[in-house]
Amino acid sequence: MWDHEIRAMASTHAILAASVFMATVLPAVFVPGFSVYGTHLLWLYSVSAAVTVVSVAVFWLLGVTPPTKKHTLGYKLSRLFRSCLYFFLSCLFFHTLVVLYGAPLIESALETFSLAVLLTSLTTLRCLCVLGPNIQAWIRVFSRHGAMSVWDTCLQITVACTVVGAWVGAFPIPLDWDRPWQVWPVSCSLGALFGFLTGLIAAPAWIHYHRKHLTYKLTFISYLLGTFGVQLGGKDGFEATQTGRDCFVHMKAE
Amino acid sequence: MSVIDVLLLTHTFTSGPRPREDKQTKKHPETRMKGSPVLSLLLLCICSLYFVGLYLFMGGFLLVRLEVNRTSTCGDVLQPGQEPVDFCHTRPRFRRAVLIIIDALKIDFAQFDSSNLAPRPYENKLPVVEEITSSRPLHSRLYPFHADPPTTTMQRIKGFTTGSLPTFVDVGNNFASSAILEDNLIHQLGQIGKRVVFMGDDTWESLFPKKFYRCLPFPSFNVKDLHTVDNGILQNLYSTMTGNDWDVLVAHFLGVDHCGHRFGPDHPAMADKLTQMDGVIRSVIDRLQNDTLLVVMGDHGMTDTGDHGGESLKETDAALFLYSPVPLFPGPPSQDEPDIVPQTDLVPSLALLLGIPIPYSSVGQVLLPLFPPHDQAEVAPTGPSQLEALWINAKQVNRFLETYSSMAKDIPPPRLSQLKAEFARLSSEYLATVGAGRSPSPQLTASMQAYLTSVRETCRATWARFNPLKMAAGLVILAFACLMCYVLSELSFVLIRENARRLKAPAVVALAVGVCVAVGQLLTHGYIEVAWCLAAAALSAELLFFWSVYRTRTVHVAKNGSKPPKWTNWLTRRRLLIPPILVAFLRCASLLSDSYVIAEGRVVTFLLLSLVVYTPVHLNWDGLLLPPSYDPLKSAGLLPSPALSPSFVRKESSTLLACVGLLVGSLYLSLSFHGCREEQGYCQPSPFLTPLSRLQDSQMKNLHYALSVVSLGVWTYLLRHCLRHYGNLNSSGGAVFTARWILPLLSTCLGLHWAVSATPEDSFRNLGEMIKLAQLLLPRAAFCLLALGLFLICLDPLTVFIKTRATASARNSSLPLPRYRASTGISPQAELHHLIPQIYQRMRRSLDDNEPSVGSEVDNRPAVEAYGLGTVYSAPLLLFCGLLTLGMLLLHPEGMALSFLLLLLEMGALLHIHASATTLRGLQSTYSGGFNVPWAPIVMWSLAATQFFHATGHLPTFPSIQWSAAFVGFPDGHTGTAVPASLVTLNTFASHILFAVSCPLLLFWPLVCEARGSRGGRAAGDEGEDAVMEMRLRENPQQFSSALLQLSTRYLFILGAQVFASVSAAAILRRHLMVWKVFAPKLIFEALGFVLSSVSVVIGVTLVLRVDVAVARWFKRLIPDSSR
Repeated sequence: MWDHEIRAMASTHAILAASVFMATVLPAVFVPGFSVYGTHLLWLYSVSAAVTVVSVAVFWLLGVTPPTKKHTLGYKLSRLFRSCLYFFLSCLFFHTLVVLYGAPLIESALETFSLAVLLTSLTTLRCLCVLGPNIQAWIRVFSRHGAMSVWDTCLQITVACTVVGAWVGAFPIPLDWDRPWQVWPVSCSLGALFGFLTGLIAAPAWIHYHRKHLTYKLTFISYLLGTFGVQLGGKDGFEATQTGRDCFVHMKAE
Repeated sequence: MSVIDVLLLTHTFTSGPRPREDKQTKKHPETRMKGSPVLSLLLLCICSLYFVGLYLFMGGFLLVRLEVNRTSTCGDVLQPGQEPVDFCHTRPRFRRAVLIIIDALKIDFAQFDSSNLAPRPYENKLPVVEEITSSRPLHSRLYPFHADPPTTTMQRIKGFTTGSLPTFVDVGNNFASSAILEDNLIHQLGQIGKRVVFMGDDTWESLFPKKFYRCLPFPSFNVKDLHTVDNGILQNLYSTMTGNDWDVLVAHFLGVDHCGHRFGPDHPAMADKLTQMDGVIRSVIDRLQNDTLLVVMGDHGMTDTGDHGGESLKETDAALFLYSPVPLFPGPPSQDEPDIVPQTDLVPSLALLLGIPIPYSSVGQVLLPLFPPHDQAEVAPTGPSQLEALWINAKQVNRFLETYSSMAKDIPPPRLSQLKAEFARLSSEYLATVGAGRSPSPQLTASMQAYLTSVRETCRATWARFNPLKMAAGLVILAFACLMCYVLSELSFVLIRENARRLKAPAVVALAVGVCVAVGQLLTHGYIEVAWCLAAAALSAELLFFWSVYRTRTVHVAKNGSKPPKWTNWLTRRRLLIPPILVAFLRCASLLSDSYVIAEGRVVTFLLLSLVVYTPVHLNWDGLLLPPSYDPLKSAGLLPSPALSPSFVRKESSTLLACVGLLVGSLYLSLSFHGCREEQGYCQPSPFLTPLSRLQDSQMKNLHYALSVVSLGVWTYLLRHCLRHYGNLNSSGGAVFTARWILPLLSTCLGLHWAVSATPEDSFRNLGEMIKLAQLLLPRAAFCLLALGLFLICLDPLTVFIKTRATASARNSSLPLPRYRASTGISPQAELHHLIPQIYQRMRRSLDDNEPSVGSEVDNRPAVEAYGLGTVYSAPLLLFCGLLTLGMLLLHPEGMALSFLLLLLEMGALLHIHASATTLRGLQSTYSGGFNVPWAPIVMWSLAATQFFHATGHLPTFPSIQWSAAFVGFPDGHTGTAVPASLVTLNTFASHILFAVSCPLLLFWPLVCEARGSRGGRAAGDEGEDAVMEMRLRENPQQFSSALLQLSTRYLFILGAQVFASVSAAAILRRHLMVWKVFAPKLIFEALGFVLSSVSVVIGVTLVLRVDVAVARWFKRLIPDSSR
């Protein structure tokens, strides 16, 4: 039923995984003294950058990103600006969350922020790519009946895997094993990345095995129309309505 | 007042129609909660099951011994029938001794096997021992040296200096410091003026503070550091030896032990270390003089992985090497030499060789080959002969045994009398022999040795052996008790419905089995061991309970055919795999690792935070966090439309999110109140933990004091405000009196007490007497107020104010008036803001039912408004907890006031999160099915209890106990032990007690918050139903008691699972390096915390039941007798 999407998704994920791999290998070749544990921050940035660039490129090329009705340059620029702002805010949000979870407040603020950047590029960026800079839609996606396409389901799975991975990654920190990967934030970032990679594999697989049962209810189009079109009005509402309509059309075509 | 009247009337009008539920169930007003006495009894039974399990396990695991704080003196060792000679001033065999302790020197390390051509790294590395023993057999011996478990360094040092069998809990006078108070070698040496020089492991310094002539301790904490201690010793050892200012030199090398922990014995580093030790022994031997004895020994062995602590042969068998430049032994090694030397035997031998009295509590036996036989005594230089040594030894051991058995009763009486008889026989025989001047028979020597051995064996059986059978029984009983709690929590409704019939049989059978076992023991052994009787009773009760549950389940299934009743699927996997249970499981699993136990405060905060964050995420996943939108299908009637308005949902979710924020914030802030364990080297204890009187900087002091007082004020205000908000401060009962007067008075007392105790002693010289008096009186006054308040709450828990309205106003209105109403405010503003007319429907119903016959009375009867009826259950509980908290705050350092404020905020936030989540869920589904409290808030509640244990500066270690609590109100100390012990216990387990007592609030709070909800809901056309708040509980007494039972059993389940995990950790890891340092203290704290929590849960539930009784009586009084 969703064969086309699943194939596209699998290849996208393969590209993403490959980019993570390359982001680890390439600096090791070119930068002297590079190692995942030793120069952890460098590795973090390289992975974040790779995932960011590849996701944006792939999702743009695939056209999953909600199309905009207005094609004016100003509108596009404002969208871009808002995306960047959300990206940065999300970094701050993750930083705060991680500090609340027990990360040192001042001592290794740079490490914590780098972890926040990684988490953002693995989760928020995907939201940005799939749903656009629309926080209402983000919140809506993470509910039981909130997914409106396979891409939304995929988003749910990868984000959940990444966050859970980072959460589990904090477990070994208090252990007295004195391993290099127990140093803050190595285990958490590794956990997040492994969670992300697991999500990349799990999402197409899960969708493939449940493709018979996956139905994205039409009611949600009306839901969207209702919520955003009627209640919010304005640009966001218009845009969301567009998204819903596009999805609807898309599904019909399938 | 007119405005209010109008408002009241309008509400009266809206609340006119009778709610639907009433028609279904009709009950008499004074029906109390069904099975309420059963509830408390049942909880007590469950708690006692847990207690039996814990008692059994502790009996098998914790080896307890009383310390005898008497010391031997030189006069004790007089020879019989001789002139009093001062034993200590006769010339001893050796003037000086060098004690070299090589930590974890296993016997295998010291033995040399020349036929072994390919030695492993730890074999054949100490050739010096073999060389000397073979070349100078009269001068030296190598023995296997048998240590008693627990084979940890501190216990071993205690063992071979006191000669007793130290256990984990040596109940002595000072629990706070680790100094040895029992009589010991070091003390005796100092007593007769020998200069003891110590170097090495710094454990000695804490064990023998100020006992050494010279002391060179080196840090022993870092197990990874192989060389600091050893090199430190080596820099000083030889120079000290060649100098002349020492009599006894103790050097404790740690390298071998650390090498074992780090690399294991089978590692090249071990070879290097042992070779180094070989060199040390050689150089020491070269420097020995003729009057000096050399003892080289290991304190314990190690397993193949390099660990120790347990009781396997590899851990217990160390090496003992004795050497002296003058002949030490009467002959070369012979057949009758001991195969193995118990570690306790070193103490009497060394004592007699050095000419000091044997330490009082030593149970060792002199090493006979070290003393000359009786016939050679003249030839040998000085010192006692074999028989004399044995006699002195036996006399000392007998004296100790008598003293100990008069203090403690843990040695079996038949054995004790047997030993006493044996000593009497030996003593008369010896005295006869010596008196007649005959040469002693070899039998006498042998029977003296046998006597000493049997004493040691008896003591060891009592003090130094785990009892695996008891441990296993304790574990099984605990596991079953946990399971039983779970089953009970799932079956609570069924149980209450049938009035707990099913639980009577197990209780009766348990009693019968217990008595049977006791009688059986009495018949077979002649005495009763209480532990096993209890175990049998508990196990039989649990098994019978499970059997009856299983049987009724099958019966139900058989009756109902294909459709099983609702509660039979209680153990489905899906219901257990929810995140709250997962978090609880993670918490339990974390108790099995020493690192997590060390970092427990952070681990618990992390888990609590995760669960808190999970709550809104999960609500959002269910689509409940955001208001559902306008839906064409729903509005067209295709889907059932739930009665909720978007604005209301939005309000609830913003409350929820705000509370999550508050909770997260207070969690984060509470991290700064943690104390530090010694294992956490980098950690700095919270500055708020230091009492004000110890702060030097006066500005800092003022700041801290101001902060504390402000938070105390805020605390009191918040509590009072909460009570006032729900109209609980209007009547004139005992509880209200407490809230109005005792609460503020208590906090004033507290603030004054802090001020007084923070005053430096020399600042107001002329006021010194007064300050002293205030220090004594203020806390005692606070204690009295506290007791009075608690007593008043229990005596008269109702906080309901009845306002009789003038009948005239009722007549003026043509509308039908409700006769009873519960409102929350009394002041006009409060009434305007929080006007919740609560009509107690059931009661009104019963009145209405009676009315047709006496219809004319309607107008004559006064209308009654009851203020605070909506929070009739929670208000006394809240007040009770508030008073308790203030009392506990009194026992804490002043800075903890901030932490307690955070505790209140966190409690409130948790309750509100729970209430909002319940409301949001309740709005979605049509009927939630009783007042059941889900797992998530209960798990959060129990995690918060542990979290605040840490956030009030406590840690599960003995040094971190806040002993100063014992002196609050008793600045001059105590005479007994009960008062200080209970004060310290209240201080330590404050958060456990508070959270457990206030546990029923979880049941009440969603109902309390309903007030808010239904006012919002009414706008959406809520069928005019009133906010009945907690009166809902009275309408469904069955559901109320079942929900209360479920809540408390769930809480007990979570607590029980934690204690079970801790117990399992101690059982599984009883050979672990950290068992006596981390797991055993944790177990003790966890067990004590559990006992106090469970008792507090019972207290909380009993208080609720007490309120229920009072409410029932109140209603009875309210309804005039004529209307029946």
